[in-house]
Amino acid sequence: MYQFAPLIILFPLVGFLINGLLGRKIKNETIVGGIGTIAVAASFVIGLGIFFEMLSRPIEERSQVVTVFEWISAGTLSVNVAYQVDQLSILMTLIVTGVGSLIHLYSIGYMHGDAGFWRFFTYLNLFIFAMLNLVLADNYLLMFLGWEGVGLCSYLLIGFWYDRNFEKGTTGDAAKKAFIVNRIGDFGFLLAMFLIFNTFGSLAYESVFAQAKGFSVGDNVMFWITLLMFVGATGKSAQIPLYIWLPDAMAGPTPVSALIHAATMVTAGIYMVARSSILFALAPGTMEIVAVIGLATAFFAGTIGLVQNDIKKVLAYSTVSQLGYMFLACGVGAFAAGLFHVMTHAFFKALLFLGSGAVIHAMHDEQDIQKMGGLQKYMPWTFRTFLIGSFAISGFPLLSGFFSKDEILWKAFADGAPWMWVIAALAAGVTAFYMFRLVSLTFLGKERFDHHHIHPHEAPKTMLIPLLVLALLSVIGGYVGIPHVLGGHNYFEEFLEPIFAGANSKMMLPMHDSAALELGLMAGSVAIGLLGMFAGWKIYTQKIEVAEHTAKKFSGLHKLLWNKYFVDEIYDAGIVNPIKQTSDRFLWKIFDVKVIDNTLNYSAKFIEATSNIFRRIQTGVVQSYAIVFVAGILVMLGYLMGR
Amino acid sequence: MNNILTYTLFSPLVGILLLLFINKEKQSLIKYIGAGTSIVTFVLSLFVYFGFDAANTQMQFVEQYPWITGLDISYFVGVDGLSILLIVLTTFLTPIALIASWDSIKDRIKEYVSFMLLLEVGMLGVFLSIDLFLFYVFWEAMLIPMYFIIGIWGGKERIYAAVKFFIYTMAGSLLMLIAILWLGYYASTLPGGYFTTNLLKLYAIAPSIPMGIQVWMFLAFTLSFAIKVPLFPLHTWLPDAHVQAPTAGSVILAGVLLKMGTYGLLRFCLPLFPLASFQFTPLLATLSVIGIVYGALVAMVQTDVKKLVAYSSVSHLGFVVLGIFSMTEEGVQGAVIQMINHGLSTGALFLLVGMIYDRRHTREISQFGGLAKVMPVFSTLFMIVTFSSIGLPGLNGFVGEFLILLGSFNSLFLGSYVYAAIAATGVIFSAVYMLWMCQRVFFGKITHEENRSLLDLTKHEIAVMLPIILFIVWIGVYPSTFLKSSAASTKQVVTQMQNAKSGNLTPASVIVK
Repeated sequence: MYQFAPLIILFPLVGFLINGLLGRKIKNETIVGGIGTIAVAASFVIGLGIFFEMLSRPIEERSQVVTVFEWISAGTLSVNVAYQVDQLSILMTLIVTGVGSLIHLYSIGYMHGDAGFWRFFTYLNLFIFAMLNLVLADNYLLMFLGWEGVGLCSYLLIGFWYDRNFEKGTTGDAAKKAFIVNRIGDFGFLLAMFLIFNTFGSLAYESVFAQAKGFSVGDNVMFWITLLMFVGATGKSAQIPLYIWLPDAMAGPTPVSALIHAATMVTAGIYMVARSSILFALAPGTMEIVAVIGLATAFFAGTIGLVQNDIKKVLAYSTVSQLGYMFLACGVGAFAAGLFHVMTHAFFKALLFLGSGAVIHAMHDEQDIQKMGGLQKYMPWTFRTFLIGSFAISGFPLLSGFFSKDEILWKAFADGAPWMWVIAALAAGVTAFYMFRLVSLTFLGKERFDHHHIHPHEAPKTMLIPLLVLALLSVIGGYVGIPHVLGGHNYFEEFLEPIFAGANSKMMLPMHDSAALELGLMAGSVAIGLLGMFAGWKIYTQKIEVAEHTAKKFSGLHKLLWNKYFVDEIYDAGIVNPIKQTSDRFLWKIFDVKVIDNTLNYSAKFIEATSNIFRRIQTGVVQSYAIVFVAGILVMLGYLMGR
Repeated sequence: MNNILTYTLFSPLVGILLLLFINKEKQSLIKYIGAGTSIVTFVLSLFVYFGFDAANTQMQFVEQYPWITGLDISYFVGVDGLSILLIVLTTFLTPIALIASWDSIKDRIKEYVSFMLLLEVGMLGVFLSIDLFLFYVFWEAMLIPMYFIIGIWGGKERIYAAVKFFIYTMAGSLLMLIAILWLGYYASTLPGGYFTTNLLKLYAIAPSIPMGIQVWMFLAFTLSFAIKVPLFPLHTWLPDAHVQAPTAGSVILAGVLLKMGTYGLLRFCLPLFPLASFQFTPLLATLSVIGIVYGALVAMVQTDVKKLVAYSSVSHLGFVVLGIFSMTEEGVQGAVIQMINHGLSTGALFLLVGMIYDRRHTREISQFGGLAKVMPVFSTLFMIVTFSSIGLPGLNGFVGEFLILLGSFNSLFLGSYVYAAIAATGVIFSAVYMLWMCQRVFFGKITHEENRSLLDLTKHEIAVMLPIILFIVWIGVYPSTFLKSSAASTKQVVTQMQNAKSGNLTPASVIVK
C-alpha cells in the first residue's frame, strides 16, 4: 500500500481542479459537494489501508519514503516532492482526511444555496491537498509548501464571504490579517530552513535527523534552528504573540472554523515541533520557551474566553488555549501526549464548531449567545452532541479529552514543574467553566430570541451525521491511550514511540513510578474541571445575576478580558501604524520624492540654468556676433600696440 | 539553422519593412502584421531554445562577422545558459504585449507597432551580443523606441517620464562606454596586444587588470546596470516611467528591460572584474537589501495600483541583485529564474492593471472595492498573479526567492546571515502590500456605483493571460525544466568567482589571437 501514498495527495488535488475549473458550470450542488467529499474520503480510505499495513509491519520497517519527482535543485540543494510515510504522518493523515471528510459532508448541508457553493468546495479540497503535503512531506521545503498552502486556503476561506462586514471591517480584513500574521511566522520558518541547510547540507528529514544524533544537547545552532521554527509554529498554531489572527478567522463559514481553525491546520505547529523532536530535544532552552509560551497561551486565551458572547469566538479562544496545552506537552518533552491531544481535540473541537454551525444555521446567522437560550427543545440532537463535546473538552472522566489532557497535566508536573501543573489545571477549570457557560446560554435557560423572526429547527441529515460520528469519537477516542496508572495500555504512545526515540534518548527524562501522586493529581484536576462545569452551568442557568454582579464588581478586569487584553490595539499602535506612517510620510513623500528625486530634478535644473547663461552667447544674431568680433579685434590690436 | 540567432534577432525588422508598404488606415492589418511577426520571432527563438545544449557552458549558435576590422570589433552573437531564458522571455512577452494593446492603442498604430518590434530587436541584441561594442549599440538603440512609446502613447506626464527615463539611463551608459573603450585599449597595451571588444577574449585578460583601474571600470559598468535594474537609490525613474507608459510599454519595461541590468551584472561585472566585485559586494548587497525593504514599504502606501506594482519591482529586483552577489550556485540560479519570474508576474500584473484601466480610466485604489463580485475571472487571475508575486510555494516566485535567500544566507562572499535575514522580511512586506491592495480593490462591498456595471474579461483578454499563468504554475511546480538550462553556466561563473577569491584564477596576460 505504501506506494499509493501519493494518491492520498492526488485525490484532493483532482477534486480541486474539477470543481475549480468546472464547478461554476456544474451548478448541481450534490455533484459539486459529492466530488469534494469523495475526493477526501478516498484519501482517507487509502490512508486507512496504509495504516493497517503499517500495523502489520515490524516496527523498524514502518517508515518509508515515496519519491515522486525532483522539485527544486540548484548547487548542492536538491529537494524532492517525496512523501514520508510513517507513524506520525499517517496519524495526521487520518485525522485530516477523516475529520475532513465529515466536515465536507456537513458542508453540503451547511452551504446549501450559497452562491459560492462550488468555490467553497474548491478551496476546501485545495486545503486538504496542502495540509496533506504539510504532514506527509519528507523534507522541510515541501512541508513549507503545505504550510503556506494551508495559509492561502485559510485566507481564501476566511474571506469567503468577501462582501460581508465583520466587526470593525470586512471579512477580507480578517483574512488579510490571518495571512500576514502567518507570514511573520513563516519568516521564522524560512530562516530556520536556511540554518538547517547551512548546518546539515540538506532539508530532508532523514538526512537532517540522522546527522542531528551526532550533536550534543545544548548546541547553540540547534537553539536557533528550533527557536526560529517555533516562531513559525506560533504563527500557524496561534500562540502568544501571534495568536491574534485566529479569533478573527471566525469570519469564515463555520465548517471552515471547524476544519481549518480548530481540527487540522492550527495543529500544524505542533506537528512541526513533534516532527523535529530530535532537534528540539537538543535545545533545552527552546523547549523551556515552548512550554512557557504554551502554558501562558493556554491560560490567557482561556480567560478571554470567559467573557465573550459570540459562540464562535468562545470556541476560537478555547482552541487557542487548547493548542497551548499541546505546546506545553511538547515543551516538557511529552511529544506523544501533545499529539494525543491533537487527535482528541480534533474530534471534540470539530464537533463543537459543527454544533455551533448548526445553531447559527438554525438561528439565521445569529452568533450572540445572549440572544439564544433554550435551544435544547428545538434541536435535541445538536444539543446532545454539543454537550458530549463540552464534557470531552472539559476533561470529564473517561471521555477522550480527559485522557489526553490528563496526560499533559501529569507530564507538565513530572517533567516540567509543579507550578506548571497548577496553572494548567487552573486553565482546565477555566475551560470547563466557559464551556458550560456556553452550553447554558445557548441551549438551556430562557429563550431570549425573537420568536417572530427566528424559528429554530434541527439540522438536516448531512449535518447531523457528522455530528453523531464526531460525538462518538469524542467519547471513545481516548481509549487508545489509557494511562498505565489506571491499569490501561497506552497504545497511542507506543505506536508513536519510534518517531520520538531519537528525541527521548537525548532528553533522558527521569522515570516516575509514583502512582499515588499521579492518581492524586488526576483527582485534583478532575475536581477542578467538575467545579468549573458545575459553576458554569449553575450560574448561567439559575443565577445569572451572580455573573452580572461579578462583571460589575470587577469592571476593570471584565473590560480587559472583553477587549482581549487590548493586544490588537497595542500591535496597531506600536507596530502597524508607525510602519505605515513612516512609509507614507517619510520614505515615500519625503525621502523618495523630495530627497532622491528632487536632487535629480534640481541637478537637471541647475544644468539647465547654467546652460541658459552660456546659451546667450549663441544668440544667432549676426549683428551681435559682429560686435563681439570687432571688440575682439580691438582688444587684440590694443594689446599688440601697447606691447 | 546556422544563422538562427541572426534570423531571430532581426526577424522583427521584416515586420517593420512590411509595415512600410501598408497604408496607415489599415489598422487591423497592421496589428496582425505586428502580432504575426513577433510570433514568428517567438517560434524562431524556440528553435534556439530546443537546440540549446544545457550541459555545454560554451557560447552556442555563435555567429561572427567582422565589423570594424582595425579595432577587432565584430558582429558577434551567441547564447549560453545565462541568456537563453531571457531570450525566450523577450520573444514570449513581446507578442503578448502587442496583442494586449490590440484595442487600447488607437492612434498612430503603425508607428506603435514598428516601435514595439524595433524594441524587440534592441532587447534581443542586448542578450545575444558577445561583443561589447555591439552590446553597447543595442543597449542604446533600445532606448529610442522605449522613449517614444512612453512619450507618445503614455499618460498625462509622459514627456517628463520619457525624458527622465532617457537621461537617467543615458547618464549611466556613457560611463559604460568609456569603460568599454578603456577595456579595449587595455587589451592593446598587453604584449602583442591590440584593441578588441570581443567579450570572450576580454574574459580571459580582464581579471588581471590592476585593482586601481579595475575598480573604476567595475563602477562604470555597475552604475549603468544599477540604474537599469533599478537598484536603490537609483530607482526614481521607474515609478514615473511605469505609471506614464502604456500597458504594453510597462509590460516590456518591467518584464524585460529591467532584466538587462541584472543580466549585465552577471554577464559583465562579475566575470570581467572579479576582484573589484568582491570589494563592492558588501555595498551592492546592502543596497539590494535596502531596496527590498524600502521598495516594499513604499509600495505599501501607494494609492495608484500601477505605482504600487512599480515600487514592488524595486523590491523584487533587489532580490535578484542580492542573489547575483551571493555568488553561490543557489543564489545565482535563483537570480536567473527570478528574472524570468518577475518578468512573468509583474508583466501579468501590468496587463491586468491595464485591463481595469481600460474599463475605468483610473488606477486609484480608492476608486475600486468589491470587484470580485462583478469581475470574478479578472479577480481570480489577479489573485493568482498576486500570490505568484508574493512568493507562494507552488507558484514561480517562491522558487526564485527561496534559492536567492538560501544562497545569500549561506554565501561565503557575503559572509553574514544578516543580508538574507533582512531580505527575508520582504516576504512579510510583499504579502502586506499586495494583499492590502487586493483587499481594497476586490473585496468588501461595491462602494462606487460605476463599478457595478463593469464587464468581466473578454475571451481575448483571457487568452492573453493564460499563457503567462501556465508558466507561473509550471515554474512553481516543476522548475527543473528551466533551472537546468542555466545550471551549467551558473556553475561556471560561480566556480570562476571562487577561484578568483582563493587566488587560483590565472588570467591570461597575453591576448589570444
